[in-house]
Amino acid sequence: MKVKNKIKITVNGKQIQVIPNFSIKSLITNLKIPLNKIAIELNKKIIDKKRISKIYLQKGDKIEIVHFIGGG
Amino acid sequence: MVDKKLKIANKNFKSRLIVGTGKYRSFRECANAIKFSGADIVTVAVRRVNISDKNKARLMDYIDPKKITYLPNTAGCFNAEDAIRTLRLAREIGGWKLVKLEVLGDKKNLFPEMIETLRSTELLTKEGFKVMVYCNDDPLMAKRLENAGAVAIMPLAAPIGSGLGIQNKVNIKIIRQQTKLPLIIDAGIGQASDASIAMELGCDGVLINTAIAKAKNPVQMAEAMKFAVISGRKSFLSGRINPNLFGSRSTANKGII
Repeated sequence: MKVKNKIKITVNGKQIQVIPNFSIKSLITNLKIPLNKIAIELNKKIIDKKRISKIYLQKGDKIEIVHFIGGG
Repeated sequence: MVDKKLKIANKNFKSRLIVGTGKYRSFRECANAIKFSGADIVTVAVRRVNISDKNKARLMDYIDPKKITYLPNTAGCFNAEDAIRTLRLAREIGGWKLVKLEVLGDKKNLFPEMIETLRSTELLTKEGFKVMVYCNDDPLMAKRLENAGAVAIMPLAAPIGSGLGIQNKVNIKIIRQQTKLPLIIDAGIGQASDASIAMELGCDGVLINTAIAKAKNPVQMAEAMKFAVISGRKSFLSGRINPNLFGSRSTANKGII
């Protein structure tokens, strides 16, 4: 794959590049994040985790992947 | 005398102590402290997953949400929109509807921003959330929160993490008299006796994080808080004697030699 075909997206505030036709499911798998412990936002809208294999990342997408941490 | 259980949004809990999971030296220490506290509710926060360090330990690996009730909070939120966004995400992680709302107004004293807190309570309740509300110790605002659909009123004892203990016992007593909702002291507890005092004022429970997590021995302090809450509750239920300015002898004079 040529570098110029890659798509720039932002994940948790960090800019990364992915190949075209790359789903959110592939992104989560790639990052080795357990799906049952997270929630995902795509451009400030919560994504149904059951649908993530059908949602493909577009240029400029902003993804937030969150989980629980210690808090008071 | 068997005490009734702490009931929040129609769910019974065996412990009246709720424990925060922040500020511990490790997840292991946190899990151990929770065990010794006897708490069956713990507060948790929603934050970004660290995508650079994939092997970083996760809270859920140490504290099983099937065994302990997770109470997602909105720590770090300063307006209704952020709070609602955070709790929607929390709900998405695992279906949590019982939540702790905490909308702050000032980064220094961490006092609650009550206008935004009230607005958030209304909006979240309309969305089906069961909202336990961190608030100031103002009886009028507590009433408004109740009318807006809060499932628990959680006034501060003192600023978050300050360890100053209960600063306004009178207001806490007034709030106790006016509400049948669970009344839980949230924030400002410093030591076990503060937790006992909260319970003696008639509160239904106490939420403690810093006083346990930052104690020199958090696990032992967690256990101390457990006993303090039980002790304070029993003291409240037993009906204290009336305070008196003068002495009242414990031994009868009759038969004195």
